[in-house]
Amino acid sequence: MATLVYINGEHAGAKASQEVVTYAKKLGGDVIVVASGNSADLAALGTYGASKVLVDANVSSADSKQVTTLVAKAVEATGATTVIFSHDLVSKAVAPRLSVRLKAALVSGAVALPEGDKIKVNVFSGKAFGFVTAKTNTRIISLLANSIQPEATGSACAVENFDSGAGSAMVKIVDRKFPEGEIPLPDAELVVSAGRGLKGPENWGMVEELAKALNAATACSRPVADIGWRPHHEHVGQTGLAIRPNLYIAIGISGAIQHLAGVNGSKTIVVINTDAEAPFFKAADYGVVGDAFEVVPKLIEAVKKFKG
Amino acid sequence: MNILVCISKSPDTTSKIAFTDGNTKFDENGVQYIVNPYDEWYALVRALELKEENGGNVTIITVGQAADEAVIRKALAIGADEAVRIDAQPLDGYEVAVQITNYAKENNFDLILTGKETLDFNGSQVGAMVAEGLDLPYIALASKLDLNGQTLSLEQEVSGGVQVLEVNLPAVISAAKGMAEQRIPNMRGIMAARTKPLKVVPAYATETFTAFTSFEMPPAKTACKMINPDNMDELVSLLHNEAKVI
Repeated sequence: MATLVYINGEHAGAKASQEVVTYAKKLGGDVIVVASGNSADLAALGTYGASKVLVDANVSSADSKQVTTLVAKAVEATGATTVIFSHDLVSKAVAPRLSVRLKAALVSGAVALPEGDKIKVNVFSGKAFGFVTAKTNTRIISLLANSIQPEATGSACAVENFDSGAGSAMVKIVDRKFPEGEIPLPDAELVVSAGRGLKGPENWGMVEELAKALNAATACSRPVADIGWRPHHEHVGQTGLAIRPNLYIAIGISGAIQHLAGVNGSKTIVVINTDAEAPFFKAADYGVVGDAFEVVPKLIEAVKKFKG
Repeated sequence: MNILVCISKSPDTTSKIAFTDGNTKFDENGVQYIVNPYDEWYALVRALELKEENGGNVTIITVGQAADEAVIRKALAIGADEAVRIDAQPLDGYEVAVQITNYAKENNFDLILTGKETLDFNGSQVGAMVAEGLDLPYIALASKLDLNGQTLSLEQEVSGGVQVLEVNLPAVISAAKGMAEQRIPNMRGIMAARTKPLKVVPAYATETFTAFTSFEMPPAKTACKMINPDNMDELVSLLHNEAKVI
């Protein structure tokens, strides 16, 4: 029994890639990685359990049809009965296509290893979990980030060229813009977030300073993005981004149910709010009742002292 | 320009989530259904803007039962020209996708838009499945969509930045925050929606690939530990030693 793991070559060194290979290894059986786009980091996936990597450097991760053809060809070549994806932008376009192409069940948003034939998934935007069974012989599982700890147990593996014959790309990448020095929010392990309690966009300096001290990403609540204090891509919540960091620090956010839906997958939640009755405290692990303008500078100082 | 917008119902964002029948079914008691916000605010509104700029027709399609027609009327009130309801009670994303794919095959659309996911099952499956069924390109989670002739220019938020993509029509695109701004239907729209065409199409025969066997609620949070606002060293120490997150 072989398990195939799809890796976007550009993210071969990312923690999410190590997580999916570790997950596949824990299913038992041989683990083979199929990658679009070459990367020096691919061989290191052997450390997490891959026996080899099949790579097609000519496939563009932006073209879901090309990637689907690549993965389908690799399924055929390896006889894999399980295919694992990380539940990210590329996989959200590829895994459903592969499901239709192979007539194979797709289990999206898995948060744990299968228990028998049941796979636990995230539903209702993190407010509940569901257990899904695959009704087909081949199954595709798309794993949410931060659901399993990467385990390095082996050594680097071979990387082989694999010609998928995927044809030319229909989707063209015209431009890519990466702002300097920002930690991407979807991948961040630590997140500092703030809301209307900060009273105005000019007060975000201390939020950014705390984030910098912790090496964290910054986020915000919906009202703050809607009134233009912060960019839309920072909005976490039901209609924004859902994140699952190890630490989420919420400053001046009351904790409406829509906001909680975007962050309740966080491992640890710290809430700083002047209102002791703010609903967010019910979802928090640690709470501080106090004025953000006094508490946050003290917290920055304490973090800096700790980091030495 | 002929645009198809796939819409789904979803529980109102403030709904209390609970399950019945031994945790095997979503408890609909007291739940208000709305148009899935990603479908309505971003996909549908952008489709209407494209129609306003270029002319054409916006059709909405949903796979559901007669009770879902309230949700369809809401989408018509916002401005869609006509609606199609495929008469089925779908059990998984594949079943929904097969219905939409078959309808789209019989009718020519230049562009098919969906929201990035529904608020209930969060699968992000249907758009890409429809694209595969129709053998069309698919772009997930576009936060910006512009049309130049027969070419779409799209933006996608990727890890740490933004990527700009181009693809030719016809194509299937899923919409994320940023593609458009929510529109509130006005009284004229609500009145007009009552008489707009709503076609009911019998379900196409299909299979399902997955089944939900049960649900569970996340474990209750243990009581929040309160920290003295003058003692942030303690908070840092707890985050390091107890929570082990820094």
